[in-house]
Amino acid sequence: MTTTVVEHDVAGGDADTEADALRVPVTRAYRFELDKLVSQWRIRLLTLVCWTAPGLFVAAVNQQSTLPSDTLFGRWMHATGWAGPLVVLGFAGSWALPLLVSVVAGDVFAAEDRLGTWRHLLVAVRSPRRIFWAKALAALTVLVLLVAGLVASSVAGGVATAGNRPLVGLDGHTLTPSAAAGNVLLAWACALVPTLALAAIGLLGSVVLGRSPMGLLVPALVAVAMQLAQMLPLPVALRLALPGYAFVSWNGLFADPAQLDELLVALAVSLAWIVVATAVAYRLFVRRDFTNATDDGTGRRMSLRAVLPLVALFALTFGGIAAATPSTGSGITQAKVQQSVATAFAHLYRLQTAELNRPAVTEAQLQVTATCDRSDGQVDPVGAGNDWRCVVTWHLPGTTAPGNAVYQLNIASNGRIEADGDGPKEVNGYFLVHTPAGDAPNPLWQFDGDVELLPTSPKG
Amino acid sequence: MDTQRAVRAVRARGITKCFGDVVALDDVDLDLTPGQIHGLVGPNGAGKTTLLGLLLGLAVADGGSLEVLGRPVGRALAAPAGVAGFVDGPGLYPSLTARQNLAALAALRGQDRRSRRIDEVLGEVGLTEVADDRARGFSLGMRQRLGLAAALLTSPRLLVLDEPSNGLDPAGKKHVHGVLTRLADEGATVVLSSHRMDDLEALCSEVTILATGRVRFSGPIGKLAADGRELDYRLLTSDPAAARRLAAAAPGVRVVDGAAAWRGAEALVVRSSAPALERLVTRLVGEDLAIREVAPVVSPLEAAFLALTEEPTDQQEPQERQERHEQAEQQEQRKQEADR
Repeated sequence: MTTTVVEHDVAGGDADTEADALRVPVTRAYRFELDKLVSQWRIRLLTLVCWTAPGLFVAAVNQQSTLPSDTLFGRWMHATGWAGPLVVLGFAGSWALPLLVSVVAGDVFAAEDRLGTWRHLLVAVRSPRRIFWAKALAALTVLVLLVAGLVASSVAGGVATAGNRPLVGLDGHTLTPSAAAGNVLLAWACALVPTLALAAIGLLGSVVLGRSPMGLLVPALVAVAMQLAQMLPLPVALRLALPGYAFVSWNGLFADPAQLDELLVALAVSLAWIVVATAVAYRLFVRRDFTNATDDGTGRRMSLRAVLPLVALFALTFGGIAAATPSTGSGITQAKVQQSVATAFAHLYRLQTAELNRPAVTEAQLQVTATCDRSDGQVDPVGAGNDWRCVVTWHLPGTTAPGNAVYQLNIASNGRIEADGDGPKEVNGYFLVHTPAGDAPNPLWQFDGDVELLPTSPKG
Repeated sequence: MDTQRAVRAVRARGITKCFGDVVALDDVDLDLTPGQIHGLVGPNGAGKTTLLGLLLGLAVADGGSLEVLGRPVGRALAAPAGVAGFVDGPGLYPSLTARQNLAALAALRGQDRRSRRIDEVLGEVGLTEVADDRARGFSLGMRQRLGLAAALLTSPRLLVLDEPSNGLDPAGKKHVHGVLTRLADEGATVVLSSHRMDDLEALCSEVTILATGRVRFSGPIGKLAADGRELDYRLLTSDPAAARRLAAAAPGVRVVDGAAAWRGAEALVVRSSAPALERLVTRLVGEDLAIREVAPVVSPLEAAFLALTEEPTDQQEPQERQERHEQAEQQEQRKQEADR
């Protein structure tokens, strides 16, 4: 028989009432946990890094002639200070945020096992439930502090070195500096949700794996697994059912109109993972037997109790999304690609026209269309790949002959398009254009676009 | 209400506690009075830490009743008010300094984290000079003292300590013993476990000896020696040969080693009860032998501990079974004779 130490609600009479009264409030326990976390050298180091490194990185890149154009918004870093925070966000969503989560949340319970301090904490706080919430809130606070540092530092570095200028969105439309600032902050806020989902998984790992160092690695391993899954040609519903999809779906904020369907689904999925993983961690924690100092609560049965609810949640969300939306394919179709490329080209053509001080045109006047296929028509024009080719056609007011330009496309499985100009050279052949104010980047040479994987919203 | 019961710091009756199939505590009774330093002794796995854990509210007994400081302990996992201490080490956070450890604990309990009491307890346990050093670099003894300081922060009426002397140097031990004695003098009850019999004999007025979860003895240490139990004593005299001859002839005294080397001298080791030893010493003095040292080879507490907790060996068991069998047969014969 195993004695489980929990706060019983069975008869205990006055003694239990007194014990209730003596329990430490969550606020005090939270402060205690925060003190412990902040006193750790690695947390202090991470805080320093998060509040300084992104700004230094953005500033350093802005001094370089070569830009990280393979990262979303990287090609615009010289043009505006608001591109830098988005480049940092792209990198952070892949690596930095999962690692931060691992260090902070993946160790918050396991540390007590390693130090052998559970009994002392229980004597002092008198409530496993309050200890759980205090630890979870302390980890959340530190994570928010670290993410705030990433945002503040990258924004400061970007604006200080590249200026508070308009940002070109993913479909080529221009955002004013204030709109760009709002969207940047919103994008980071959106990325915080999957970060917290990973944190909840980290808490669960920390509870389940006890003093094992594997607890520390759980969020990072889950993040790597999700990264690998995003690279594979998986159905859209499967991608969206992963708690980390919101790390990339913030892209939709930078289209006009914003592509919110994927983002909202991804955020809802992340929230569900936060709730379920935290609830499972809580349930397992308060049922743990703390009377046996050599037992850190690990075991195959415990691991199954932790994993099965998450597997069920994944299956449920996958099934729900697949049933509610036509999302069993790749989500990348010829029509969507053509629409996306045409829209981006139209917006960027206006930008180039303005740079070159030519007579202004509107997207409606240009009547841009795109015709795209894969491998010269030898492959079905659907799905991700780097063999997409588009011929863009537009009309200038007062001319009868349409203009044509060719682009080679690399489309990632998450819908990101990288378009590389393939002529004519006076339109997209050079990476610079000569403007009255001097040379400037040619917006039509290479550009980014985005295919909305779920059924497409009307484009502007 | 029984007044004796009303003033008890701990009153346990028939406490049982199991971990799976392992019975950690089996029908344990314990009474502790205020102002008492009570030692808990037993071999590894005897149930000492489990019992201390119950007093600290870290676990709930499966059976029996437990009152701590006059209040029945409920089913909740919680230390009763006025109880402090530690089991399985002092439980410190290595990234915090000694002062920060105490300040964080004080704040957790709703006290001012800059309270002067923190400096006071650091001084009491002799850690003032390292108050701002991180606990990571502390020796085991320093950690033990800091754990004691943490317990003292609450001015406990019942202090529960598991192996508090582990790793303590003589100065540290003196500090700790001084603190515990002062606490007891002020009316608090201290219950501690230790494998150091000399510490327990120096500190405790009463001890409880546990083995395999059961109480084998509970009461004053003096009672252990007065129980007529024989001990080995070492005698250093001015004439070892004469002492050996007199000891061999003394009633109730058995010579264990007639020529034991002890600090460069020849000592005599005898086994006897305390009264028989006293008679032998009187006889030696009467024969004009100078007595340079009389001391138990092992302390009365250690001897009692060994006697009460030693498991029967494989060779002993059949012999004991045979003796029990013979006794039973004799009883049966007497009963049959009486019937006739």
